[in-house]
Amino acid sequence: MSEQSQSAQSEPTEPTGAAPEVGTARVKRGMAEMLKGGVIMDVVTADQAKIAEDAGAVAVMALERVPADIRAQGGVSRMSDPDMIDSIIETVSIPVMAKARIGHFVEAQVLQSLGVDYIDESEVLTPADYSHHIDKWQFTVPFVCGATNLGEALRRITEGAAMIRSKGEAGTGDVSNATTHMRTIRDEIRRLTSLPEDELYLAAKELQAPYELVKEVATNGKLPVVVFTAGGIATPADAAMMMQLGAEGVFVGSGIFKSGNPEQRAAAIVKATTFYDDPDVIAKVSRGLGEAMVGINVDDIPVPHRLAERGW
Amino acid sequence: MSGPLIGVLALQGDVREHTHALRASGAEVVPVRRLSELAAVEGLVIPGGESTTMDRLLKVFELYEPLRARIADGLPVYGSCAGMILLADRILDGAGGQATVGGLDMTVRRNAFGRQVDSFEEDLDAPLLGAGEGDAPLHAIFIRAPWVEEVGPGVEVLATVRSGPAAGRIVAVRQGVLMATAFHPEIGSDHRVHRAFVDLVLANRRREESAAAADL
Repeated sequence: MSEQSQSAQSEPTEPTGAAPEVGTARVKRGMAEMLKGGVIMDVVTADQAKIAEDAGAVAVMALERVPADIRAQGGVSRMSDPDMIDSIIETVSIPVMAKARIGHFVEAQVLQSLGVDYIDESEVLTPADYSHHIDKWQFTVPFVCGATNLGEALRRITEGAAMIRSKGEAGTGDVSNATTHMRTIRDEIRRLTSLPEDELYLAAKELQAPYELVKEVATNGKLPVVVFTAGGIATPADAAMMMQLGAEGVFVGSGIFKSGNPEQRAAAIVKATTFYDDPDVIAKVSRGLGEAMVGINVDDIPVPHRLAERGW
Repeated sequence: MSGPLIGVLALQGDVREHTHALRASGAEVVPVRRLSELAAVEGLVIPGGESTTMDRLLKVFELYEPLRARIADGLPVYGSCAGMILLADRILDGAGGQATVGGLDMTVRRNAFGRQVDSFEEDLDAPLLGAGEGDAPLHAIFIRAPWVEEVGPGVEVLATVRSGPAAGRIVAVRQGVLMATAFHPEIGSDHRVHRAFVDLVLANRRREESAAAADL
């Protein structure tokens, strides 16, 4: 990733008036910049949110069931109960994120009115629309979306996503899909930077993304928004590996509260994310964590039940 | 004169943006996560990020006391947003048990402007940061930002909010070699705040050099 953090075409223009402006692209993307180097933890109760904050989480993701339970219990999975989100907002002082179903713009409107700080338009919940994602430009609250490759990431940014995460295969404790997504996005960006300008038109067609955005990524060698990793991260070493692969931060779903000792594991993953390039620190924090979540191999999940394939 | 060696506290937050803004302002920049790295720098930036996360990491990696010792010894430090919270002697609305490095005689209220939906951008006047009459205003980005509730007698106010419900709130301060802003000048291409800090570090270096010469 290059040092260059400002982007050309998608750089929001300077507002002309002096009056305070909310909900600008810069404010939304800037919020994600502040989360960098941090760990965002899935929580289903206010007590878990407190544990996450005490462990050093940069934000919590409020949801009704962690992905591992959604997977085990099946059924339609939806936005969380507003009472539960309220209780988490009241309990912690760090940012609170929450998930809306893909395409469910009214769930997103509700989450914005509750005052959540970021909405995850998430494949972990059951999609509400199999053709359209939410038009995220219509909101003051920023959105994070999942992506398995560069084209998908660029389509989400075009719809207004202010942050991208890998999809991984949530609720498995198997990090292999997150690895694939991070490598794919990184490799596709690298390929774009090596193309002559006249081949970017075809690249945009192949990526099914707007030419201007493709050109911007080719010029800067990075996406115009922050990229986190998500899906299957269960250990400090998993988190550190994703950071070494170019993730700018980590989402941990079922990995913490489905493990033997959530407090200690949460704190260990936070430390390993900061010192992701220092094996001595990672070794030290990996000791005595008790049992990791049991886990499922992605290959053992029938294709129709794979969450990463939701969204397009 | 060579550019000063300035560290960016790299426990969490927008380290890359500060690094970029400092380099563009003529500094050599290194990330600081360890004691040896802290010992080597002539100035330090505490970036934007989550102040509770930085608090926990400063505690577990035992960096609080060494950092306070270097500040007591005259190290120039600039903090933006979370960095402002960490430089405050007193904070309001902190998470349970949240500590600060301290050094700036002020009370800072965390998340004072509200939640993310209230985050905003606005132009500011700040003559001491190169945005006075006749200059382009300083375009400031506030993200779940704190504000300064009150300052002690030795603290200079560098900028206040111009309009809206929070008009008049203090959002940039300096006390000796310590500087803090509630907003994020590292986001964007206007580096006047970082240049002011680099100048502060250079002035501090000259002062220390002449003091050392006087001792001989």
